[in-house]
Amino acid sequence: MAEPVPNPVLKIENLRKNFGGLVVTDGISLDINAGELHAVIGPNGAGKTTLINQISGLLEPSAGAIYLNGEDVTALPPNRRAALGLARSFQITSVLPRFSALENVALAVQARSGSSYSFTGRADSETALNDAAMQALTEVSLESRADVLAAHLSHGEKRALELAIALAMQPKLLLLDEPMAGTGPEESERLIVVLQRLKGRFAMMLVEHDMNAVFALADRISVLTYGRILASGAPAAVRADPAVMTAYLGEELE
Amino acid sequence: MSLSVTAAPRAYKFEAVPIAIFLVLALAPVAASFGAESYLLGLFTRVMIYGIAALALDLLCGYGGLVSFGHAAFVGIGAYSVAILGSHGITDMTVTLPVALIVSAVFAFLTGTVCLRTKSVYFIMITLAFGQMIYFVAGSLSPYGGDDGLTVSLRSTLFGFPVFENDRALYYGVLLFLLASYLLCRAIVYSRFGRVFRGARENPTRMATIGYDVFRYQRVAYVIAGAIGGLSGFLLANATEFVSPAYMSWQRSGELIIMVLFGGLGTLHGAIVGAAAFLLLEDLLSGVTENWKLIFGPMLVLIVLFARGGLLGLGQSIKERFSRG
Ligand SMILES: Nc1ncnc2c1ncn2[C@@H]1O[C@H](COP(=O)(O)OP(=O)(O)O)[C@@H](O)[C@H]1O
Ligand SMILES: [Mg+2]
Repeated sequence: MAEPVPNPVLKIENLRKNFGGLVVTDGISLDINAGELHAVIGPNGAGKTTLINQISGLLEPSAGAIYLNGEDVTALPPNRRAALGLARSFQITSVLPRFSALENVALAVQARSGSSYSFTGRADSETALNDAAMQALTEVSLESRADVLAAHLSHGEKRALELAIALAMQPKLLLLDEPMAGTGPEESERLIVVLQRLKGRFAMMLVEHDMNAVFALADRISVLTYGRILASGAPAAVRADPAVMTAYLGEELE
Repeated sequence: MSLSVTAAPRAYKFEAVPIAIFLVLALAPVAASFGAESYLLGLFTRVMIYGIAALALDLLCGYGGLVSFGHAAFVGIGAYSVAILGSHGITDMTVTLPVALIVSAVFAFLTGTVCLRTKSVYFIMITLAFGQMIYFVAGSLSPYGGDDGLTVSLRSTLFGFPVFENDRALYYGVLLFLLASYLLCRAIVYSRFGRVFRGARENPTRMATIGYDVFRYQRVAYVIAGAIGGLSGFLLANATEFVSPAYMSWQRSGELIIMVLFGGLGTLHGAIVGAAAFLLLEDLLSGVTENWKLIFGPMLVLIVLFARGGLLGLGQSIKERFSRG
């Protein structure tokens, strides 16, 4: 008798999204298994962010379905998906600028520990929340900046804070939208080390232009162009795929 | 580079100011007894009553970024609850106060469900529209005076005792309600709930993706603010012994916003200072000239434009300028 196959953490079926006449997601199907790091690469405008927005619930797909651990979440709002273990970072930094780094993360912890319909006591002195938040900040080496307002962090530190917020949610699936965008080579290196350490703890989708990062981290790579998956597979296979080479080097070959 | 560290909201830093405000309010009747007592008592009672409504509005605007242009509606609902029940012989606050609170809370829940689906300027417009709606409803209540309004023949009693009959007793009753409202709003701001509410103003998308149903949190805050507005109306009807649709006109809603801006947005106690400054100025200027509104209007604009943090913020920024040397 065959073992029942476990559900993939994320399963996308035939997803379509168009903005008016512009088709930005053109029948994408993919899945991510537990502990797997699935990288999605592709040129600007390929539809990577739009894909992540649909998975996280900020955009409604025009057609198709999204499953989290086997549950159909296509119609669920973002907060319900977060409660099911989905966390994400944003390509354009999205934090709470007038909250300290620690409070940014503590809010993510708070969302997963008890009711937030509590009207007494000081949330910012709840030790359990702050300790867990500090732990997430430590994971991304931001612990020394815990009390600094998010608005006053450097760009690289904000990128790290994005990641800490997501980690504090103790996700089952983490979607990272170009976490290295706009950071210098040193900070990129640091982030690769952090992601390397996180790898395997939960399923991850990594959208990234930094090919060093992608090839160092990915278990699987999907190449996206014009809203379609051009190729998908192990890094070595994708690298050798002639269609990928044409898509990426096409202009130079002409 | 200086990095200001403020895990807590601004208000926490100067506790001395709210304490001073409440001390002044507690002692004001003593000072008033040496002068035009009933006039001063009446004026300060109104200051505190509008302070309560402004406080609730500051919770919405200053902490939640929800600029409601219809907050006077709740004041009106609270006031009409007292007057309408009174016209049927029901004057005990064990009934009238809960009714005022519940009706305004229900109105906040229903209208909030619609308003909070919209953002920024649309939110302002739709709260204004609901405010005007209730204004016209009140004007059409012909059994209860229609446009002319309705007198409140008996101030609210408590278990039959005429606790509000004496102006001074009413004053201290209002002060107690103001203190309670202030402490409640303060507790909310620092609580888990308040942190989510404040976060939703900063970045609702982020809050949604970390797991919060932003709309529901905002609606709860809207209901609380609406009920506090209703409390203010309950007291206003008792203080003026009269209600009219004018209590919920858009001008009144605008005045409440100005009070909040006046005192300094997002401080809570600033709303009380703002209400005081507004009503005292209005009173002063209207005593000087008939065309006081011509002076008052531009003055408001200047204060709101140039004193970014309101009157309290003005003091703060002057202090900073000097301490920097
Ligand atoms: N809200 C929107 N309305 C219209 N077009 C959009 C919208 N969001 C994205 N697009 C378009 O969809 C395409 C894909 O965008 P995006 O998903 O951001 O690409 P990527 O992240 O791969 O760079 C782009 O051509 C972009 O202009
Ligand atoms: Mg993108």
